[in-house]
Amino acid sequence: MNQQRIWSWMVALLAGAMVLAACGGAPSAPAPTTAPPSPTAAPATAAPTVAAATAAPAPTAAPAARPGRGAGDTLRILYWQAPTILNNHLAVGTKDVEASRLVLEPLAAIDPEGNFVPLLAEEIPTVANGGVAPDFTSITWKLRKDIKWSDGSDFTAADVVFTYQYCADSRTACTSVAAFRGIKSVEAPDEYTVKITWEAPNSYPYRVFTSTRGAILQRAQFEQCVGEAASTAADCQAANLAPIGTGPYKVVEFKPGDVVIYEINERYRDPERPFFKRVELKGGGDAPSAARAVLQAGEVDWAWNLQVEAAVLQQLASQGGRGNLVTYNTANVERLLINFTNPDPALGEERGQLSQPHPFLTDLKVRQALALAIDRKAIAEQLYGPAGYPTCVFLWYPPFAQSVADIFKDCNQDIAAANRLLDEAGWQRGPDGIRVKDGKRLSLLFQTSVNTLRQKTQELIKANWAEIGVETELKSVDGSVFFGGDPGNPDNIGHFFADIQMYTTGATEPDPTSHLCGWISSAASQKENEWRGTNNMRWQNAEYDALCDQLRNELDPDRRVAIARQMDALIVSDVAMIPLVARPRVAGASKDLKGYNPSGWDAELWDIANWYK
Amino acid sequence: MGRYLLRRLLFAMPTLLGISVVIFAILALAPGDPLAQFAADPSVPPEVRDAIRENLGLNDPWYIRYVKWLAALLRGDWGYSFASRVPVLDLIAQRLPQTLQVVGVAYLVAILMGIPIGIISAVRPYSLFDNLATTFAFIGFSVPTFFTGLLLILIFSVRLNWLPFIYDSTLRVTDWETFTRQVRQMLMPVTVLALFQTGSLTRFVRAAMLENLPADYARTARAKGLSEQAVVLRHVFRNSMIPVVTLLALGVPTIFTGAIVTEQIFRINGIGELLIKSIQNSDTPVVMAITFIFAVLVVVFNLIADVLYGILDPRIRYD
Repeated sequence: MNQQRIWSWMVALLAGAMVLAACGGAPSAPAPTTAPPSPTAAPATAAPTVAAATAAPAPTAAPAARPGRGAGDTLRILYWQAPTILNNHLAVGTKDVEASRLVLEPLAAIDPEGNFVPLLAEEIPTVANGGVAPDFTSITWKLRKDIKWSDGSDFTAADVVFTYQYCADSRTACTSVAAFRGIKSVEAPDEYTVKITWEAPNSYPYRVFTSTRGAILQRAQFEQCVGEAASTAADCQAANLAPIGTGPYKVVEFKPGDVVIYEINERYRDPERPFFKRVELKGGGDAPSAARAVLQAGEVDWAWNLQVEAAVLQQLASQGGRGNLVTYNTANVERLLINFTNPDPALGEERGQLSQPHPFLTDLKVRQALALAIDRKAIAEQLYGPAGYPTCVFLWYPPFAQSVADIFKDCNQDIAAANRLLDEAGWQRGPDGIRVKDGKRLSLLFQTSVNTLRQKTQELIKANWAEIGVETELKSVDGSVFFGGDPGNPDNIGHFFADIQMYTTGATEPDPTSHLCGWISSAASQKENEWRGTNNMRWQNAEYDALCDQLRNELDPDRRVAIARQMDALIVSDVAMIPLVARPRVAGASKDLKGYNPSGWDAELWDIANWYK
Repeated sequence: MGRYLLRRLLFAMPTLLGISVVIFAILALAPGDPLAQFAADPSVPPEVRDAIRENLGLNDPWYIRYVKWLAALLRGDWGYSFASRVPVLDLIAQRLPQTLQVVGVAYLVAILMGIPIGIISAVRPYSLFDNLATTFAFIGFSVPTFFTGLLLILIFSVRLNWLPFIYDSTLRVTDWETFTRQVRQMLMPVTVLALFQTGSLTRFVRAAMLENLPADYARTARAKGLSEQAVVLRHVFRNSMIPVVTLLALGVPTIFTGAIVTEQIFRINGIGELLIKSIQNSDTPVVMAITFIFAVLVVVFNLIADVLYGILDPRIRYD
């Protein structure tokens, strides 16, 4: 009996010890080896920040008296997708690109109006100043001579050349590699000059080393990281999480998938900036709660990409009183794409091939009727609110359009006209109200990704189409599958095994060439190219193809704008795609934050050095 | 006893192997792409994504990838995360403290509250206390954590502005001020989790106690003149512990995997958050590591529970 009691006590003690070990041990857990090897990673104490807070001016101070470097305390930023890596070239999402931008900079940024702003370069090369070769086969960047890396070493052309070499090795697996395509060589004629030569004339010579995917890596830090070592060598893994940069901030602590802590890079080129001593970029959660954190609770100063339903967002903004919505333009348009090939499963291997035209969507009148029946205004106002404008065109930003009034003129809903077109095309209403022609029902399969906003848009469009006697079957596919590139999965946008699909896309750079030329006939997505063609609606239009050739070869800026407008108009008049909603991006800012100027052509945080309170 | 343990451990090997095959196959066969976030981004075209998949070894058939993974694991290499390009174990090590703190404390609170409440409820069935406790337990385990979490945030963060709802994982407890901040940010997630676990534990303990209280041995003990306290705590409680121990022991491994929903709501960078994000992003090495370590823990704690039965009930023999 006695012995048993001792046993039971021992068990109790053991169990207690286990639970205690599990909990009590936690706070003293050793620092993970992935912590940035920065010498300044000492634990941050509250003392210095308190002093700074009292020194900081009242938020109502006149904007003219913008205080100097380090006068502000902590800037709190919330990204509902958490950054997982800070090496821009290995980024797996926008959140990584954004988080790395505080540290790693490109040669030039692009402001919201689409103008280039030199950062590490002395000026923007053009044909006029001799920076761009008259035949557009090369570009020469003159670098600033006063730039230092945050470790004190000089920034030179060797770093820029190295960045190219780093990504040119396919085993490095750079996700930014598309920007470097078509390059013949990147050379450094002298310490502060970089010359990029293309294999063929390039009408848009600014893609390399600019904007979101052009960050320059420090050669000294990444020299041993070219190829597979980029992911496998321990030093490179550490470097990917704490790159040395030229930007206004340096990383002092980074927990992948959670939070990045930055402090001022004392060697930043502008002695007056940045204002905030410290930046905390927290990640995780979801968009609605991020909106609540900035607009209602005031827990953060900036929240990224508030993709929240219009009603909820407006309610939070008006009731919260702690923050403002900040919208800024991109090239993105939510659109319907029309399948010009037959997705009928009965066709087997021939499904979606160009040899199998669509039974009725190849009829222009049917496509026109579908477009006319849609009430874009209702979709934009009821569902998107401040984050969407109804649009009749795809190029809705300067220089193609000057205001949101310009883009919604001649595409109001017109049910009568749509019905008339279908009558003319010979589609008669059947007993159930659905139109029939030659025994074929006018029935569509309409797919998009899983997203509340998209499902509601689908419902509205389905109701619009029901009014003109079109039957619609709705389908939604998980986003990672829908946008995924798996050649074996029939549910993605590349296969497009449906009649209509809906998603958002748009040019990622001010120049629309590569985006517009993605819809040419030869880019059709087919079995032969593993369903990777960019023209996934398989639209075939010789006139459009010719315009694309013209655009690629035209160097005069005004004529380029005219050609791009013509291409846009052709897509709309031939109803290959139906533009629905132009989508600016929406962020949230606390009421006292000033100086931000987010750009749709660059990272949202591109000018964070100018932010202040 | 020694031979029993050895036998059980040997049996565990094929079990774990089987578990890892099944998880790997499910992960590999499920659609998904580590670069899916770039999918709608024209600046990362499909052929670039494909080249990167090839580089990460994702284009091989799943059984080849599995053999590679297993071979690397036997050398002690858990692989690196596709999203961070960091060794998987580093990521887990970074997340574990937060999970153990929040989920572990909640578990401890649940045990410290659930067992006494269950005992008192059973000893005084249908009293006011029992009715209150049963109602509380019923609400506790039937209301989902995402609901209680949001409710607490709305009340204590948004309305009253008392507690933060963004967990600051960089906070280091160095003095009283930082300690109170740590307690404040843990308060809501711990409450949410503890409420849920206390609920189920209370019901378990109460049911087990009610079954044993009228048992013959309890009557014998009372007849021998033992005090009611001794009868309940030393005899009935100990016998009632057998089902409870199973519940508790199998609950310990779940501390490791964290609380997916609660961690997500309060933005705690715990293991659960890592797991769900990695599943969403098809970050196979991370998912494999977490699920495999979890499987090992489940097997081990099953064994511990079995050994504990023998200690609680001497009639159980392992030979």
